[in-house]
Amino acid sequence: MSVHLRAEGLACAVGNRVILRDLRLDVREGETIGIVGPNGCGKSTLLRVLAGLRAPTAGHVHVGGVRLHGLGSRQRARKVALVAQEQDLPADLLAGEVVALGLTPYRSPWNGVGPRERAAVAAALAEVGLADLADRPVEQLSGGERRRVLLARGLVQRTPLLLLDEPTNHLDVRHQLHLMRLVRRLGRTVVLALHDLTLAATCDRVLVLHEGRALPLAPPGEALAPAVVSAVFGVDAIPIRHPVTGDTHLLITPLHPESAP
Amino acid sequence: MSSVQLASPRSSPAHTVTGASWGGRRLRAPLAFFLVTLALLASLVVSTAFGAESLPPATVLDVLVRRATDGPVADLAYDTIVWQLRVPRALLAALVGAGLALAGAGMQTLVRNPLADPYLLGVSSGASVGATAVITSGLFAGAGALTLSGGALIGALGAAALVFVIAAAQGGLTPLRLVLTGTVLGSAFSAIASFLVFRSPDPAVAQSVLFWLLGSLAGAEWHQLVIPAITVGVVAAAMLAGSGWLDALASGSDTAASVGVPVRAVRVGLFVLLAVLVGVLVAVSGGIGFVGLVVPHAARLLVGARHRVLLPASAMCGALFLLWVDVVTRVLVRPTEIPLSVVSGLIGAPAFLVLLGRRRYRFGGEG
Repeated sequence: MSVHLRAEGLACAVGNRVILRDLRLDVREGETIGIVGPNGCGKSTLLRVLAGLRAPTAGHVHVGGVRLHGLGSRQRARKVALVAQEQDLPADLLAGEVVALGLTPYRSPWNGVGPRERAAVAAALAEVGLADLADRPVEQLSGGERRRVLLARGLVQRTPLLLLDEPTNHLDVRHQLHLMRLVRRLGRTVVLALHDLTLAATCDRVLVLHEGRALPLAPPGEALAPAVVSAVFGVDAIPIRHPVTGDTHLLITPLHPESAP
Repeated sequence: MSSVQLASPRSSPAHTVTGASWGGRRLRAPLAFFLVTLALLASLVVSTAFGAESLPPATVLDVLVRRATDGPVADLAYDTIVWQLRVPRALLAALVGAGLALAGAGMQTLVRNPLADPYLLGVSSGASVGATAVITSGLFAGAGALTLSGGALIGALGAAALVFVIAAAQGGLTPLRLVLTGTVLGSAFSAIASFLVFRSPDPAVAQSVLFWLLGSLAGAEWHQLVIPAITVGVVAAAMLAGSGWLDALASGSDTAASVGVPVRAVRVGLFVLLAVLVGVLVAVSGGIGFVGLVVPHAARLLVGARHRVLLPASAMCGALFLLWVDVVTRVLVRPTEIPLSVVSGLIGAPAFLVLLGRRRYRFGGEG
């Protein structure tokens, strides 16, 4: 499979503070990549740089062989979609109207939404299991429903590369698993920032961010080895085989009462 | 775990929506537009009957029909009152109301804040500085009202330009930065205007500041309609042409950028359009409060938040609102006229509280 997303010598800064340096990344077409790391390690910043919303302080991002930060916004939005973390949405917007924002790169800003667009919106909402909520104002949705509406907005943008920032936040356990299955079935290249190491373990490969650097992209078993988890997150983890599926899971040992946060 | 078969999540029964599929609001919007258009046309005629002297509607209609059909003038006095005084004033009220509501809707999108009004960029206090400066420097005596409006326009645009430059230099036209810079500079300009009033022995100066603070449509003439009409028309067309981008911008800059909106360019463009629009309106009619703040919220309730319908709905509701506010200023304490902002505030403040109270508004932040 060919390389879809490539980053070389990437450095990202927030203000004057460089939070990631010398990052290297080769994501193959159709892969699902999980990005994990402790709070404040720069997961969101990295995703915004990979989505072309933020310029890197050094290095390049190539998507399908094209330098991402050289593209116009409309061209870029047809190659990469980013679903950022929870944002406050305009109170009177309907769920369907939020999803329709994902069609912006394909239509003129003065045009309304036609029947074909409406069908695309309905299909995207159905994919996230919210088919009958299209007419609901977003302010009346729960946190989990809102996350899924935003995910549908990313889906309807039908970009070959999809970046999701903490897409499982606010979702109950079943919807978390459903979301992971959904993104794996899209047939697109997907990069997700995740908190949950168990979910990250279901990705093809995992990128661990630690102290301003990224460990090499590796399959979950290797990337989330107990030694790595201990060094990066400061917790002890024991790999356990799931009695039914045979998959390897990480069992996290509780902290001692006296240990510092 | 990945091999576990999951049933596709079903929506709970509570999710069953009342009504048709997405777009039920589309059926409501045309009806709303039809009714508001009808009300606006009727109001333009009916409102001309009210004033220091009330005229029977039949007389008003007679004058208008004769004017429209180029018929002979029946009664010169009535013709003058209706055609030379009240019709241009009603049209100006409608224009200014439409423009202010449009500017309010645009400003609320630009700074992602439901409390934003057209004067957020310091435009009205800048205008009062410009106008008072013209009077105190003695230019007014020579050239008259045109210089005064010119001074107000220059002051308004200068204030907006200063807000723009300072916000851009400090990191860009982000919502929070615009709100803070506009508010701070607005207060500064008010202070300068107050100082000019304090220093000047001329009572006309105080009068003028009051005008630019409270607004008035008195003495409107036909030729005064041209510039605001063109401005409102051009700005409305430009905003409508970018309505899809404004929708995305209202949802946050990350979302907008991710769906391919050139965020910086759209923000700069919107800023310039709003500054010119509000600058021209202030120069013509002074600062009229509450129209630009309240009307867009009412329009959102009526037709939803998509700019493609929100902008025309705001403009039409704003026109209707200010038309009747102006009528009230003429008839409430006859024969004197109450300043427009007094009436629009008396109606607008309670209306706004009701609108805000019935929903949980979130406030826009940086970004």
